Amino acid sequence: MRVPLEWLREYCDPPLGVEEIEERLTMTGTKVEAVHRHGVAGVEGFVVGRVLDVRAHPQADRLRVCEVDLGGAREGPATIVCGAPNVAAGQRVAVALPGARMPDGSALRAATLRGVASEGMILAEDELQIGPGHEGILVLDGLDGGAPEPGTPLAQLLPLATAVLELEVTPNRPDCLGVYGVARELHAATGAPLAPEPWREDPGSFGPLAGVQVNVECPELNPRFTARLFEGVEIGPSPPWLKARLSAAGQRPINNVVDITNYVMWLTGQPLHAFDFDWVAGGRLTVRRAHEGERVVTLDGEQRALDEEMVVIEDGEGPTSIAGVMGGERSEVQASTRRVLMEVANWNGPNIHRTSWALGLRSEASSRFEKGLAPEQCTEAQAMAAQLMVALCGARTVPGTIDVGGPGPAPAVIRLRERRVREVLGVPVARARQREILQALGFATADADDGLDVSVPPLRRHDVTREADLIEEVARIDGLERLPATLPRRRGAYGRLTAAQRLRRRALDVLAGRGLYEVVGWTFTSPALADRLRLAPDDERRVRAVPLRNPLSTEHSLLRTTLLGSLLDVAALNVARGVEELRLFEVGTIFASDGAGGQGGAERETGVHEHRSLAVLVRGAVRPASWGEPRPPQADFFAMKALLEALAGALGVEVSCAREPAPAPFLHPGRSARVVAGEELAGEEAAGGEVLGWLGELHPLIARAWELDSAAAAAPGGEGRAPVAMEIDLDRLIALAQHERGYRDLISFPALRQDLAVVLALDVPAAQALAAVRAAGGELLDDAHVFDVYSGPQIGEGRRSLALALSFRSAERTLSDAQVAPLRARIVEALERLGGELRG
Amino acid sequence: MIERIQQLREEAQMAIAGAPSSEALEELRVRYLGRRAELPVMLRGVAQLPAQERGAVGRAANEARQALEALIAERSSALQERELDTRLRGEGIDVTLPGAPAQPVGRLHVLTATARELEDIFMGLGFTVLEGPEVETVHYNFDALNHAPAHPARAETDTFYISDEVVLRTHTSPMQVRAMEAHPPPLYVVIPGRVYRPDSDATHTPQFHQIEGLAVDEDITLADLKGTLLAFARTVFGEQREVRLRPHFFPFTEPSVEVDVSCFHCSGNGFMRDGSRCALCKGEGWLEVLGAGEVDPDVYRHIPTTERNAPGYDPERVQGYAWGMGVERIAMLRHGFPDLRLLFENDVRFLEQFR
Repeated sequence: MRVPLEWLREYCDPPLGVEEIEERLTMTGTKVEAVHRHGVAGVEGFVVGRVLDVRAHPQADRLRVCEVDLGGAREGPATIVCGAPNVAAGQRVAVALPGARMPDGSALRAATLRGVASEGMILAEDELQIGPGHEGILVLDGLDGGAPEPGTPLAQLLPLATAVLELEVTPNRPDCLGVYGVARELHAATGAPLAPEPWREDPGSFGPLAGVQVNVECPELNPRFTARLFEGVEIGPSPPWLKARLSAAGQRPINNVVDITNYVMWLTGQPLHAFDFDWVAGGRLTVRRAHEGERVVTLDGEQRALDEEMVVIEDGEGPTSIAGVMGGERSEVQASTRRVLMEVANWNGPNIHRTSWALGLRSEASSRFEKGLAPEQCTEAQAMAAQLMVALCGARTVPGTIDVGGPGPAPAVIRLRERRVREVLGVPVARARQREILQALGFATADADDGLDVSVPPLRRHDVTREADLIEEVARIDGLERLPATLPRRRGAYGRLTAAQRLRRRALDVLAGRGLYEVVGWTFTSPALADRLRLAPDDERRVRAVPLRNPLSTEHSLLRTTLLGSLLDVAALNVARGVEELRLFEVGTIFASDGAGGQGGAERETGVHEHRSLAVLVRGAVRPASWGEPRPPQADFFAMKALLEALAGALGVEVSCAREPAPAPFLHPGRSARVVAGEELAGEEAAGGEVLGWLGELHPLIARAWELDSAAAAAPGGEGRAPVAMEIDLDRLIALAQHERGYRDLISFPALRQDLAVVLALDVPAAQALAAVRAAGGELLDDAHVFDVYSGPQIGEGRRSLALALSFRSAERTLSDAQVAPLRARIVEALERLGGELRG
Repeated sequence: MIERIQQLREEAQMAIAGAPSSEALEELRVRYLGRRAELPVMLRGVAQLPAQERGAVGRAANEARQALEALIAERSSALQERELDTRLRGEGIDVTLPGAPAQPVGRLHVLTATARELEDIFMGLGFTVLEGPEVETVHYNFDALNHAPAHPARAETDTFYISDEVVLRTHTSPMQVRAMEAHPPPLYVVIPGRVYRPDSDATHTPQFHQIEGLAVDEDITLADLKGTLLAFARTVFGEQREVRLRPHFFPFTEPSVEVDVSCFHCSGNGFMRDGSRCALCKGEGWLEVLGAGEVDPDVYRHIPTTERNAPGYDPERVQGYAWGMGVERIAMLRHGFPDLRLLFENDVRFLEQFR
């Protein structure tokens, strides 16, 4: 909302500069977003001139040389060269003298035009930013009671320059969408007097209006409809002062009648519509819901298709306008108009909002109506418009007013308890001050036992309905600056993270501490991702993806079911920008439509399952090269598994990897695994455990699709591996975490360590061998793990040697070799049953 | 004879003290204390001396030998230490080379780090951290937060819909309602999380992050809101900061305010020392940071009283404040990067700048 300060000051003129006014309005809730300057850069040097003589320019057909009397502003007439076709002797015109500062800030210079020296400029209205006109010069005859004296400063006749406040008006305050409403705020905020309502004098009258019929078929959407008829209207340009105000407000002047509707809307906040009554077929208007698919041509020349929730105004020949949004062409005011029917109506705000969004059609009128205006504003706007129609268009008011619906309900009376103000704000505000503030804002007050009984003016009917709303009014005008800064008493409240939140932080810290960068990807993903990831038609990550009804684009139309897509996109972006080595992770929410019955809570209500997922992607070396290690090893399956183990270890969770069944079509089928809760089992047999995610080398086709493969293939010493990645259900992983562990005495009696090397067929997984060892070793076998793997000619084709570290421990005594010898023998037997042969 | 012993002792003492190396010292030991050296030979010959001399000479010779042995040992260890030191110095390395192999430390994303810092600040003020679903019902996202049925925020231009009743949450505020449904007062919670709105340009991304705060107790005032946010502002933006509350409008708070923090770039002056306008606050002296207010009584009226939250939320008996701030906004202010979209692009060279 643009409010010219010059206009605002007509109703409330505090002895404050623009910056102080800006500050007061902002600090009482009407935020001044910006202050613009409109008009000339300085009012000096702009004066009234009288054209004494006009003669042709000797060198140029289009130019004329004028002698202009500038009264006291200059000794003797000035010679001014002018290009306007309408300049004529005897006119009073607006003149800029050399040195005058134009709207763009430049100073006018005396100039020689085709050999004739010009001692100033005769101005067109656009040169003063009063209006768009540039066809001819601005003629001032008729202003200031007829003939302004030459030499009179122009600023005495016209608002030549003003600051314009650009206000952010919150949706609850449609009363501030009018200059007078803003003036009332300024009055309350500064204490400066408020001029009486400018519409208090009404040249019109109420009672029946002959010759006009209005029928409202949908009063629920049209609480009030008023209309007045004006005759003898002379269409013409508006006077410069009105054009100047509208221009400063950002409205383009059109003709006097249209300008009046815009001016009154800007002043009161209430939109109006002027019909050429001679084009209102049958002299009657009907307000009704549109028919489904009904078409109307609006003022902008567009044909619009309507639905039954939209309201049209029709005359004897059909719809003329979309109510509250935009008028129609047929009965538009034009140069020939003589009779004007002025419509001022109140429309249902939510309905106008819906219509304007549905049609993609927003206007100054709809943006006001949709916020919910008061029916009482209709007659205010009618009165104001009548004053101007008579004064500016020579119109006669036809007695009577159509008024369907009438004013709104009687004002609500709300008790404002004095102590409640203190309780909510934390500081008291004296009752007298409360009264003063509310009255300044247009509320009526009556004293009550414990406070005030406050009646709400119509314009604030929707916004102020409860005591809390009155407290806000008092607080904002009294000044929030006055509030002290205190802290809540916090009885019994203490801040902490839950165990799960602490572990989640630890998970992120562990990965960051290992040199990985956290990324934050998009929740939105593309339907094409499922195919790019080679997902099967029945893959859950494909079929359970949740679509948005109104996505910004197809690429962002689904909620992601995996973090891999965004991680690959991030990797691809970095590689494309020349960052070849990547160690990335993300923790984010992934979503799945809830097939059959969710797990309760929000899921049951939304039908969408969501959980936090954690994904890691490493491309290139496991760590940066350094002078001590110019070629660090390339990340492979085991490097990623080591990260998984570090993560799980930090959380106190046992996890393992299982090759079969194949975890995901986007992974290398031989170098990938499902991640399963629980200790490592024998490969394929682990499928029964709870699956937490997947881990592995990306499928070469995936690496190629995201262009992540080329550099790896070319890396010195690298064998061209695709990036490795994993994704884990972080919520489940954390749920499995052991928060507390009991004490074990590992000090009093040392463990006995023995090594064992066994040659086994390649297809016997290490986990299977270890499982056999553990089963055979019994309780005294505290730990068994692989510490070396060797294959080579000595071992033979299809076989490998596993070196196992065995650790025996008793809680009661120190074990000797002799004591564990039988256990060792049983372990060897167990390995032999797997086809193993002891080495060395 | 005793004189000779004395003479030998003095001569040897001088030589030992001046021995330049372990080898030279060993030569001196052989010369003075070796089997055929004069002193040991004298000691061995003491038995042949007359009885009255035997005692004195033997004692003198013995003392001299012990003194020299001690002296040699002392000198030897000094020489060895010096020689070791010389050798070690020769093994010097270039300590200015970087460590190897690399032990890289990664980074949390600046949004995670910022959110965590904010959580920690409010935990210190007694708030617990709650999280909630990103897919929400219209009920929690709008209805229960007192949005009128035709409130513009509900439009498809402002909210992502999954179905008529299910949306991507447009703010973290739905968790206010869920929190009050699940817990009796007093309630002090902060709610971090990702939220969504269909906007996309340099200052809007369709996903962003908020932290919501909610405190409900018997007597939480607007002044308490100011104090809480002042503590936040000073922790995040510096001890000299002030906050100001500006009246505003939100459907679920009343009174509602926007909260500005005095600009840390120009110390709230709006202008720099050289007279130029502050580029951060555009000369305002204040930075708009968040929206807040006292919880609207109608929000409490939407909270059913159940076993879980008894005695429930009667607006005549409880009052509280709520606020919501954008994590991106705080991060951009603190770190001064110009475009929101950098956050979701994840160029590693962007990510590695923040700690």
